[in-house]
Amino acid sequence: MTATMEPSTKVTSPRLDSKVPDTDDIANMWENHKFSMKLVNPNNKRKFTVIVVGTGLAGSSAAATLAELGYKVKAFTFHDSPRRAHSIAAQGGINAAKNYQNDGDSVHRLFYDTVKGGDYRSREANVHRLAEVSVNIIDQATAQGVPFARDYGGLLDNRSFGGAQVSRTFYARGQTGQQLLLGAYSSLNRQIESGGVEMHNRKEMLDLVVKDGETAGIVTRDLLTGEVESHSAHAVVLATGGYGNVYYLSTNAMMCNVTAAWRAHRKGAFFANPCYTQIHPTCIPASDDHQSKLTLMSESLRNDGRIWVPKEFDDARLAADIPESERDYYLERKYPSFGNLVPRDVASRNAKTVVDEGRGVGPLKNGVFLDFADAIARDGAETIKAKYGNLFDMYANITGEDPYSRPMRIYPATHYTMGGLWVDYHLMTTVPGTYAIGEANFSDHGANRLGASALMQGLADGYFVLPYTIGDYLADKLGDSPVPTDDPVFKAAEAEITDQTNKWLAVNGTKSPEHYHRELGKIVWDRIGMARDKNGLEKAGDEISSLEEEFKKNVRVMGDNTSMNTELEKVGRVADFFELAKLKARDALVREESCGGHFRVESQTEEGEALRDDENYSHSAAWEWHDESTHQTKHEEQLEFKHVKLSQRSYK
Amino acid sequence: MSENNINITLDVWRQNGPNDKGRFETYEAKEISTDSSFLEMLDVVNERLIDDEKVPITFESDCREGICGTCSLMINGQAHGPNKGQATCQLHMRTFSNGDHITIEPFRAKSFPIIKDLAVSRAAMDKIQHAGGYITVSTGSAPDANLTPVPKEASDMAFDAAACIGCGACVAACPNSAAQLFTSAKVQHLNLLPQGQSERWQRVEAMVDTMEDYFGTCTNHGECYEACPKEISLDFIAFMNRDYVKAKIKNRKLAGQN
Amino acid sequence: MAQTLSDLRNPQPIRKRKKALPFPLNVWQSAIGRKWVMALTGIGLLGFVIAHMIGNFHVLEGPAELHEYAEALRGLGGGIIPRLWLLWVLRLGLIAMFGLHIAAAYTTKEISRKASDGANFMDGQKSYPGGRDYVAANYASRTMRWTGPIILLYLIFHLADLTWGLLPHTDYIKGDPYNNLSNSLGNLPVAIIYIVANIALAIHIFHGTWSLFQSLGLNNPKYNSARKGLAAGLAAVILLGNLTFPILAQVGVIDNDKNECAQFTEEALNTECFEELLSHGGE
Repeated sequence: MTATMEPSTKVTSPRLDSKVPDTDDIANMWENHKFSMKLVNPNNKRKFTVIVVGTGLAGSSAAATLAELGYKVKAFTFHDSPRRAHSIAAQGGINAAKNYQNDGDSVHRLFYDTVKGGDYRSREANVHRLAEVSVNIIDQATAQGVPFARDYGGLLDNRSFGGAQVSRTFYARGQTGQQLLLGAYSSLNRQIESGGVEMHNRKEMLDLVVKDGETAGIVTRDLLTGEVESHSAHAVVLATGGYGNVYYLSTNAMMCNVTAAWRAHRKGAFFANPCYTQIHPTCIPASDDHQSKLTLMSESLRNDGRIWVPKEFDDARLAADIPESERDYYLERKYPSFGNLVPRDVASRNAKTVVDEGRGVGPLKNGVFLDFADAIARDGAETIKAKYGNLFDMYANITGEDPYSRPMRIYPATHYTMGGLWVDYHLMTTVPGTYAIGEANFSDHGANRLGASALMQGLADGYFVLPYTIGDYLADKLGDSPVPTDDPVFKAAEAEITDQTNKWLAVNGTKSPEHYHRELGKIVWDRIGMARDKNGLEKAGDEISSLEEEFKKNVRVMGDNTSMNTELEKVGRVADFFELAKLKARDALVREESCGGHFRVESQTEEGEALRDDENYSHSAAWEWHDESTHQTKHEEQLEFKHVKLSQRSYK
Repeated sequence: MSENNINITLDVWRQNGPNDKGRFETYEAKEISTDSSFLEMLDVVNERLIDDEKVPITFESDCREGICGTCSLMINGQAHGPNKGQATCQLHMRTFSNGDHITIEPFRAKSFPIIKDLAVSRAAMDKIQHAGGYITVSTGSAPDANLTPVPKEASDMAFDAAACIGCGACVAACPNSAAQLFTSAKVQHLNLLPQGQSERWQRVEAMVDTMEDYFGTCTNHGECYEACPKEISLDFIAFMNRDYVKAKIKNRKLAGQN
Repeated sequence: MAQTLSDLRNPQPIRKRKKALPFPLNVWQSAIGRKWVMALTGIGLLGFVIAHMIGNFHVLEGPAELHEYAEALRGLGGGIIPRLWLLWVLRLGLIAMFGLHIAAAYTTKEISRKASDGANFMDGQKSYPGGRDYVAANYASRTMRWTGPIILLYLIFHLADLTWGLLPHTDYIKGDPYNNLSNSLGNLPVAIIYIVANIALAIHIFHGTWSLFQSLGLNNPKYNSARKGLAAGLAAVILLGNLTFPILAQVGVIDNDKNECAQFTEEALNTECFEELLSHGGE
């Protein structure tokens, strides 16, 4: 149901009110808007219960901040401790427009870079706000004791990251995500200790409960006992991460899943841009069929490593035996000015091209070389070791190969998902009272995310945006009690979950949930991976549907529903991945342009670069769920670019 | 059998729930790729168990890159297996040889009750964190990050402590089930920084007292350091011990008893 | 110990926290505080062991010199404090240190036992039914709980033997340490007991010395590597020093035949005999 207007008078679907303030003064928009939003009196805040699902950077920071403000917060994680969320694995750093290095950075430059980096598919107002609050994040984290890197004067150090032309990235060795999460977690601890947050560990949200069109609460399953419980609240905040594991192999953690967001989608939250996925170019290739996940290595390796493959097809020689003249340094050849430092999506796509041609390296011919021989010859092994020692050790540990004496093998892997639940300027989904923050929403990165911006966005949402905007919704609810958990809407949701759980246990087919997840991942990777085309996407839809049918009939879930059962946890998550994958294929199919992480083979420049179609696709696609037998309806939010001029990327 | 595959025998601890007695069960794991990780080997064993309509082995893992601290396992009597500075998820099968016999047990301590098979609850470690593992600074009240310079040495040392992933290997490896290495890392991360000074003495008292509610006493074996996937230094334990007794004296002064 | 499912989220504390006592008793209330007490008393006891060993080297000089040393101890603070008083103060201090050291060791071990409940126990410590592969823990650190009691038992034996004269094998003469010592250590079973106990003592001192820096928080990354050396050196010196006595007694270097005053009975211990010998030696 695409908005069928004349191209010149495109309008946004009426269901998608972005609530962006009507002003051209983007620099003061957020400040002014904060003033115009309704407030909840400090004494009244304790009368509101807010549920926060997920305790990564976004969830922990939101739960802690809401509790500091005085709201009654119930936080949920399916982990044994909030500190295990996958935000912890982020290596590189966090951007902030502090301009501590005096190199001309500013809020406006960070805003500009993020919109441009997102290939003009994000909402300007949100991105500008993100850039504004980025500076507060660094202050907050430092005060919490996050040990950012410092120079000898004791002041904060920065580095340039992901091709940015200013040094605005703050980092804590290669473990920035870990340290920031521990910071947010410490704030959460303080609130748990003081009673502001009621922490629910090892409980997985399995449904969002909506009554009379407004959020009533959630239903969870206790992962230790199988017990299904209802929790009611005035508002629900979903901070449940991205859906990268739909590819099965990704750099996401084993338990990352789309279930909470998907169940909200099924209850009325629109799901936006599921086709946008970021593929990270420098991961370690899979070694065999039993590979369970992929490991990312910092992009910084491309600063000194040279990427190449043999010119010959199916060349089985060792790298050292291939003479210089028979090597193809394809990035340096195709992009003389940027060379090996082209953006993530370009590097990834080119790696796919050469591997698909049959020039891949390694036992499974599924990688390209990242060669440090020249760098070692130029700077000496010691220098290289000082720069990349820990990464080299990690590589050697995983592959059993010594990267000092033979080139590394790398291949792209799914890393981050820009799509997610559609949210307005207040971060509220299309279900009133349900919010989505962090990677779970779609808001700030457009079609492609810049390096070191994920941590920034998660914390911006949790610390500095949601705590303000949620008051605007709650202020009108003063005096309303949450829907009691014995209300029929909760009972119905509980019964549905119990019913579904029993159904899974009763299928008693022949293959594990893991098997179907792996098979699904292969389809999604092949068809909706780095390069997509009409034919493949159409096939993907059919292939996913038929595999899903088999899955439902033939999955085998061992164990019971009264004690910890990781198989039972998994099967529900895989089922939701199937539904998401179908939507992803459709979203990719109807977006007949290339932009950021979405590359349609049909839409490329003569040089083979991604070619946007701003005339027809300058919008976010938000999908509305009806029921299992009906396709979702597409709504469009038109994107306007008043402050950043649209341009086509070129890295020649 | 390809040259990269090995056959091994596993003795795995199986226990249905916290009150079950538990026992070892033996599994033959054939044709295991030496390129796979230890946990991927267990994945394979589990898939084969499911094929035989048997209940797979419950174990926990998440990030599988050594940072989240979810994975555990005592492998051949060592927490996180034989390699130093590695979590179980970073252990690869090339560490083992064809024909090896591998014993896998859960992390054990009174405060690590077994949930099922190899999965244990480490909730007691969170309790220590709740007691004082934070700096009191509400969102929005922080001064500019560069207002207080932090000596690089202090910052680096705080980071060394903050690298702790809270996996519980220190407790598992400790013959006394003590959580000294974990607690000291958490205490000293904040106590070493200027930002953490206001609450330094209350923090160390609160966290140590909570630690002693659940865990044993350090006798300075040093097993924890050997088991620690992040190689947290024993020095932090010494720092914590000093801070703790100092706190007892300081707090007496604060109470006006001088 | 039965666990409930709620224990999985909220494990039961292994001990009840008591109301905080005033300083310094509150130090004793915590295990870390007790480790401090153990370390501080350990230092005191270590001082005693060294002083005791050095004093005993008088035996090598001869019976009269040993007698003179014993007299000097009894007369500590002479001229100001009545005879034996200061010695008793030191003895009481020593007893208190022993008492605190043992109490700290016993109670902290109990805490650890409770913290390991449900796991197997071997030698009083947690173990894994599938076997345990120690990496850092050495023989010394793992046997503190055995070397400690061995030393305590030996201490009682040693006092009964040489201080109280309760053992049947010696011709005990109160106030004649040379006689008592040479007769006792000249007896092979006693010498063996002495040697075994001192090996246990050395092992105990080895781990104790390394460990006390850690317990007191006196470590510095710069000097950490020296701690093992210091601990080994101290243990070795004390072991070698203390072993000279039984060995020399066995080979006849320390022999009561050299004790010219030994013919006197207990009732008639002739202090003058020793004094005469000493004054001759002085000529």
